[in-house]
Amino acid sequence: MIAEIPMEHGLLIAAVLFCLGLLGLLVRRNLIIMLISVEIMLNAAGLAFIVAGAHWGQPDGQVMFIFILTMAAAEVAVGLAVILQFYWKHHSLDADLASTMKG
Amino acid sequence: MYDLVWLLPALPFAGFLVLTLGGPRISRGACAWIACSTVGISTAIMLAFAVGFLIHPPAEHAHTLTLWRWIPLEAVGIPFSLRLDTLSQAMASVITGVGFLIHLYSTEYMKMDPDYNRFFAYLNLFVGFMLLLVLADNFVLLLVGWEGVGLCSYLLIGFWYRDPANGRAARKAFVVTRIGDAALLIGIFLIFAELGTLHIPEVLALAPERWELGSGVALAAALLILGGAVGKSAQLPLQTWLPDAMAGPTPVSALIHAATMVTAGVYLIARTHGLFELAPPAMQTVAVIGSVTLFTAACAALVQRDIKRVLAYSTISQIGYMFLALGVGAWAGALFHFMTHAWFKALLFLAAGAVINALHHEQDLFRMGGLRKKLPLVFWTFLIGAACLAALPLVTSGFYSKEKLLWDVWISPYGGPWFWAVAMAGAFVTALYSARLVALVFFGPARTQVSARPGGRVGFVLVILAIWSLIGGGIELPHTFAHVTVFSDFVAMTIPTLVELPPGLDAQLWTLLAVASVIVVAGATLGAWLYGAGAPAREALAARTGAVHRFLMNGWEFDRLYDTILVRPYVRLAEWNRADGVDKAVFLITGLTRAAHVAIQRTQHGQLRRYAAGVATGAVIILLIMLFQ
Repeated sequence: MIAEIPMEHGLLIAAVLFCLGLLGLLVRRNLIIMLISVEIMLNAAGLAFIVAGAHWGQPDGQVMFIFILTMAAAEVAVGLAVILQFYWKHHSLDADLASTMKG
Repeated sequence: MYDLVWLLPALPFAGFLVLTLGGPRISRGACAWIACSTVGISTAIMLAFAVGFLIHPPAEHAHTLTLWRWIPLEAVGIPFSLRLDTLSQAMASVITGVGFLIHLYSTEYMKMDPDYNRFFAYLNLFVGFMLLLVLADNFVLLLVGWEGVGLCSYLLIGFWYRDPANGRAARKAFVVTRIGDAALLIGIFLIFAELGTLHIPEVLALAPERWELGSGVALAAALLILGGAVGKSAQLPLQTWLPDAMAGPTPVSALIHAATMVTAGVYLIARTHGLFELAPPAMQTVAVIGSVTLFTAACAALVQRDIKRVLAYSTISQIGYMFLALGVGAWAGALFHFMTHAWFKALLFLAAGAVINALHHEQDLFRMGGLRKKLPLVFWTFLIGAACLAALPLVTSGFYSKEKLLWDVWISPYGGPWFWAVAMAGAFVTALYSARLVALVFFGPARTQVSARPGGRVGFVLVILAIWSLIGGGIELPHTFAHVTVFSDFVAMTIPTLVELPPGLDAQLWTLLAVASVIVVAGATLGAWLYGAGAPAREALAARTGAVHRFLMNGWEFDRLYDTILVRPYVRLAEWNRADGVDKAVFLITGLTRAAHVAIQRTQHGQLRRYAAGVATGAVIILLIMLFQ
């Protein structure tokens, strides 16, 4: 029997993961890396659900994680398609190039 | 039979619709046929009605036809109803009769005009509205006709709209009459508020019960109605639009600005006579306005150079006579003069139109002359018209109507010798300028070559009008001549007369007739001498009266007066107030919106990562708020 991991630890890991993902999203300009960062943030949220579900002994946390997984898969599919289009247009993956719609 | 009265205005309206909707698809011949036949059929119906009324008048001497409920209100419904009585018949017979002749004349006069169809459409619309005005039996319907004829007047004065001066004249006519219309509208509101009805016979029946003789309300109502009448009939102080209205085509001047529309004020006062009888000061005002107008306008007519402006001032002056008669309660006298005036003034305008056409659109009197031999028909008909205008004794209808009017002024309790004297002075000047007109246009050396002769239709219309102007006076004679009072009996069926004839004044009447005749003949002779053979006398007169001449030429400088005290201060006020306070408040709102727009616009920079940072910052702020709440 593995000793119970305290909930605070799990949530701390989730928060650190989320902040790393957000940092990656904000500082990197490569669209692929940004997409990966978004995935990290989503997984951080999923981890928080799992931790909470384990703490309360409820299956809801795992159900929510499956939902998030599904949504992340769809998001990656759409995101990669958009990135492909973007690459064909600009021959680059620099996100800052996509700023022609400024007011 | 009288139920057919709705056809009277409906036919010209139908003609207007066909001509407007058909537009240029309708050929000129068809257009002339449509325009003339609609008014012609109306004339025939009107004649049948008039004969019917004379032979066998209906109960209460009036027939009311309610077509439909027009404005259904809880308290007082306003029906769309027409009232045929002897007053509206006297007006409507002139409108249709003269209207028809002028339509006929226009088919030839306007034949070179590119906007032939538009002209006849407007003319038909005018006849329809004018008939609606005189047949209406409540004030609302009357106002519809009243504003309708104002609109047609505007459209037809500015008919040749490519010249900006014509547009200005049209706007001036519209705005100046609008001042009077506003007064009339307020008067109608007042009557409605006080009496609770707008049905004219009911108003006339209720007013003496609710209002005392000489009460303030009656005076206010009468004066407000008078305001409307003064504007429409171009009396002092709202007379300035009529001379400029001569910018329109000559048949329009004849129909609208001489025979019918400008006499709508006379009709309105006669129609609401009961209100004026309750307010003697208002009656006095009408008489004073009339007498001042008739004299001032006659003097202005004396010096004009433009043949149509002479006739315009003379119209103002003759309507002044009608107002004087109304002011002394001589309803029949005013309407009789209206009737003869409509015939002979239409004749004068149409003959003047023929002269203008014959001389390449020359309107300056001093460039005419010597047309007696070249245009004999026009000469003789114009001479008849001018004789009627001058009221030459015995042979002209103008004499009989003016003498009846003057006699009524003399004996009426509201009138008196002073009004009579002013009217007589006006008659002298009228004879003078009538003779001047004839002498300058038809005698002396020819100054412009005749380029066109009037055709058959123009000649026919002139002859018919001339015959009427000569014999039309026979329906009403001074009682010392013969006992013929067809017209005043006819009018008295609707409006009971105020002027009772005291017996035993035959000698006085003979004297007045003789004095008037001598004055008129003297005026005409003087005019003929001054402007006919005695051209040097005219030059001497003009030289000696230079300043006075200019003053009269500009119509007693009323335009300059109004320009100084009304138009220019208003324009200056408008310019000064260009950036006014209300605008500033409005502009503040737009300015703030604009500034906010610029500020917020900065945040839309298109940088994806900074958007993400914004979202993250927002989320952090919301979380912090939730945490520390």
